[in-house]
Amino acid sequence: MASKPEPAPPADTTTDATVSRRGFFMKLGILFNGLAASALAVPIVGFLLSSITRGRANGYLSWVPLGKVSEFPEGETRLATFQNPYVMPTDGKTADTACWVRRVAGEQFQVFAVNCAHLGCPVRWFAQSGLFMCPCHGGAYYRDGSRASGPPERGLFEYPYKIENGLVTIQAGELPTPGAPMAQFTREKPPCAS
Amino acid sequence: MRIMIGKAQLAKIGAWFDHRLQLAAPVREIAEHRVPRNAASWWYVFGTAALTVFVLQIVTGILLALVYVPSGAEAWSSLQALNHDVTLGWFIRAMHGWGSNFMLAIVLIHMVQVFLFGAHKFPRELTWIVGVFLLLMTLGMAFSGQVLRFDQDAYWGLGIGASIVSRVPILGPAIVKLMLGGPIIAGATLSRFFALHVFVIPGLLIGFVCLHLLMVLKLGINDWPVPGRIVKRATYEKEYQELTKRDGEPFLPYAIWKDMFFAAFVIVAVAACALYFGPFGPTGQPDPTIIQTVPKPDYFFLWLYALLSLLPPSLETPALLIGPVVVIVGLLLLPFVSGEGEKSWKRRPIAVLTVLLIAITLGTFTHLAEFTPWSPHMNAWSSDPVPDRFIHGSSALERQGALIFQVKQCRNCHSLGESGGQRGPALDGVAVRLTQDQLIRQVIQGGGNMPAYGNNLSPAETTALVAFLETLHPKGEAPAQDASRAIALSDDKEPGAKP
Repeated sequence: MASKPEPAPPADTTTDATVSRRGFFMKLGILFNGLAASALAVPIVGFLLSSITRGRANGYLSWVPLGKVSEFPEGETRLATFQNPYVMPTDGKTADTACWVRRVAGEQFQVFAVNCAHLGCPVRWFAQSGLFMCPCHGGAYYRDGSRASGPPERGLFEYPYKIENGLVTIQAGELPTPGAPMAQFTREKPPCAS
Repeated sequence: MRIMIGKAQLAKIGAWFDHRLQLAAPVREIAEHRVPRNAASWWYVFGTAALTVFVLQIVTGILLALVYVPSGAEAWSSLQALNHDVTLGWFIRAMHGWGSNFMLAIVLIHMVQVFLFGAHKFPRELTWIVGVFLLLMTLGMAFSGQVLRFDQDAYWGLGIGASIVSRVPILGPAIVKLMLGGPIIAGATLSRFFALHVFVIPGLLIGFVCLHLLMVLKLGINDWPVPGRIVKRATYEKEYQELTKRDGEPFLPYAIWKDMFFAAFVIVAVAACALYFGPFGPTGQPDPTIIQTVPKPDYFFLWLYALLSLLPPSLETPALLIGPVVVIVGLLLLPFVSGEGEKSWKRRPIAVLTVLLIAITLGTFTHLAEFTPWSPHMNAWSSDPVPDRFIHGSSALERQGALIFQVKQCRNCHSLGESGGQRGPALDGVAVRLTQDQLIRQVIQGGGNMPAYGNNLSPAETTALVAFLETLHPKGEAPAQDASRAIALSDDKEPGAKP
């Protein structure tokens, strides 16, 4: 912000009138530029922060269908893909996202983010040993997503889901990171669910 | 008609320009400023070399920008076009990639040399501080450049960056969105890293390089550190001026030829690496649905990758958030903490030990990261068969156990006959370390860093698996036995015990 102009001329009698007039105009000039800069700062900052503020306006999250319930055999864990609900024309393939869908039984599901809870590398499902394993630092998770071993501090991130018109639908739209809203979502489950 | 331009005409043209620009006098003054004779050393060439590689990066960067498309949908294919379709595109990419490695390496060497020669001391504190910012910007260029090579490593590398940033208390999620330009890693992310890599950081770098050079000129190049010649704020500048007067020479040509030789050598070395090794990547397409990938950062960030695996989980977030602040503040405060005193590394043992300690630590982490002993070998269970000698002459039950050992992906973390993962201990001699009961307990309940397999193995499978594990001991070395169990099971009762 610019400094405030001095409306009253300085009391110093040794300064002649011309110089103090120039000084006044220079300060006025600084003030005008300060006003212009702060007026322009509003849209500039608004533009820069738009990726954050949009999340507050109507949110990045929305419900996305993954497929029919019948596509996921009971007791198995399958990779499903969906397109991120918020797409820009330059996104290309990066708008596609993968997730692990575990159909526990009937209409009871668990949908896990592929991103490891440690640093976000893609975890892979090993049906034979019933573990999700991360290729980066060796994090491992049990079939219910709970932490088995390695550096992760918590279990896999889970998407909230619902069954709508026979479709498995999840609430998605943000990169699953330890600070994302879905990290707060935890379902109650028995300690040794398998 | 022939146009002859003689020396006289050239001088006239030069004078015409200089009358308007008035640059000749200050340029000559800069070029011929006196430097201490002892500063014209082969140890003092790294700053110029860093600047040379930076200029090389600008040139090759502009050339790449003629073809590269900073769009999430097209960046990867434009890199493929550069590698395969555009004449010599591969070479320019390779020059830029190797130039980046050289620049970081030279900047680090320059920094170590400056520190060991005491050049950060009075009155060159601000030169050091600006240099610290130059290092941070060079690291920023290296990371953002890795993102522009928009492949699988770039994609998951951004994910790692986002995971780290999201751990910042309260503001974490907002900073992630600011960094990614949206809720996910996508086109907007690449666009903003392009802006950082091509406009923001290079602009700042050029400005800071100018400041850095200006101070080198105004304060003079660091004189060769002589043990016993102590830097004192009150007297140093006067002593330095006397030294350059008494024993100085003009920078051009007395000192500059060494800089020029080394700069040329560095350019040739970058080109040779580019020719021989070729460009870096791109690896697979940045398609997040392809999860069969093992992301790894570029060479200069490998140590961090290793550190993140070896830190205990509870220490990770504090180390990630506080560590960089401590390091940067420490570097910035260094010239104020040790602004005076001995310059020579021969009289500064703590300085030398600190450099050695940091170098060995970073080197060890980098070495570990290259061989990733902590990462599971994801394909070991299907690609590394159990060596014959481990099942030779074994019983049916033990062979069944070997099969379970393979199928349940134990090999991904445990090596046998030196193939397989190294996340867990090698199992070649596990029977010597663990008794039958301990093996069963470890398999079922897990522990240490091993998941529990109790839910995933039937009792019959566990029995077979442990029977196989019990055969894993070197010839002539007996498997571990529970001594008390042997006594409990034996018929020999203690002498004198009542029947």
